[in-house]
Amino acid sequence: MGSRFRRARRRARPPIGRNATVVSVQLALGAAILTGIFASAPRAEHMDMGSAGGLPAKIGYCKDCHGPAAQGYGGFFPIPRLAGQQTEYLENQLRAFIEHRRTNNVMFNVAHTLSPATIAALAAHFRGLNPSPIGGAPKQLVSMGRKIFEDGVPDANVAACAACHGPDASGSGQIPRLAGQLYPYVIKELVNWGKERGQNPAKPDTSAIMSPVAHSLTRTQIDAVAAFVSYLK
Amino acid sequence: MKCAGLRMAIVAGICSAIATASAHAESLAVRNCTWCHGASAQGYTPAPSLAGQRYQYLRNQLADFHARTRDNPFSKQYMWGAAENLSARTARDLASYFSTLPRSAANDGDRELTGIGRTIYQEGKPEANIVACVVCHGPNAEGVGQIPRLGGLAYTYLKRRLEQWAEGYHAAAGPPMPDIAGKLSPDQIEALASYLSFIP
Repeated sequence: MGSRFRRARRRARPPIGRNATVVSVQLALGAAILTGIFASAPRAEHMDMGSAGGLPAKIGYCKDCHGPAAQGYGGFFPIPRLAGQQTEYLENQLRAFIEHRRTNNVMFNVAHTLSPATIAALAAHFRGLNPSPIGGAPKQLVSMGRKIFEDGVPDANVAACAACHGPDASGSGQIPRLAGQLYPYVIKELVNWGKERGQNPAKPDTSAIMSPVAHSLTRTQIDAVAAFVSYLK
Repeated sequence: MKCAGLRMAIVAGICSAIATASAHAESLAVRNCTWCHGASAQGYTPAPSLAGQRYQYLRNQLADFHARTRDNPFSKQYMWGAAENLSARTARDLASYFSTLPRSAANDGDRELTGIGRTIYQEGKPEANIVACVVCHGPNAEGVGQIPRLGGLAYTYLKRRLEQWAEGYHAAAGPPMPDIAGKLSPDQIEALASYLSFIP
């Protein structure tokens, strides 16, 4: 595993030619948006530990769906893994539900009752968990998925996933960890990217970076990448 | 000639007897179920409807009755014995048979409570940390895989089952149902059971 990722890192830095410019411009745009978002986020707040609105109750509430170790769960709809996720990504997504940047009725209902301090504490809690991936993805797709993850699809202008998500798919800041993420969840997100993310024109966000990538991947390529990342620890 | 004819008649007789016995054995296993669950497996208080229930869910329940981990009072009273000598093959066949039967909704809840039940099912109650049932059980309460169909089950069955999760029965099934059901008030349970009973 280690040597493969070292190879991927060498290839990924600097990323490939023309795509690299596009990606870095998009990243710079994302970083500028990020700065704006964080400048306005209030932090200091009294943390209630006992009631239904308190942190332990809310952690239990999250785990009712996302699994006891936040490893994710295959319900009627795939419920994503939160364990080990980047805190900035989790916080940004919870705010995205509230601000209708990301459309999901259930998660809007969940997120709008959370205070900024609770959101930060939940993100920190889930970041610290590290259960094994659920697995279950078709194994025969993994090698094709690895190639796309490490090299991208140059002919389709798709940059290597590793360039932004990291050679071990652990993510960074607002860029999510993909390692161990549920196979059907990653497929659902990539297939529906343009209908689910970046939905508030008044509040553009970093999800715009993924739009062309999600759009350019074929369904077979999406399945393959999803299978590959789902087994990473 | 006469002798050969007689011999053939005897062989034919034995063959048909064996055929009848095996067909009979299969229907007997089904009839052992429908005795309580209703002639077309539509449920009969307190036995739930099995018609159209999810195959994997049915298999898991039969396994749990066999292992005596589904320990709800009626399970203990009726289903532990029924599943005691069930072979894995017969359990599979029964699950397959009942999962493909056409279903009809019990329609026996309180109509006036369906609105409240619908809201809890589809949206949850975030202030009370009650999750939306729809995420796992599906938009039409159809279930998937090992997650049961809830739509159209009888009001009394749904109500008791939700109460029993919180009372600690069938704890071996693991999360998340004991925790989720424990957060529901009696009124919310009645509303949910009513709403679900009318879903076709």
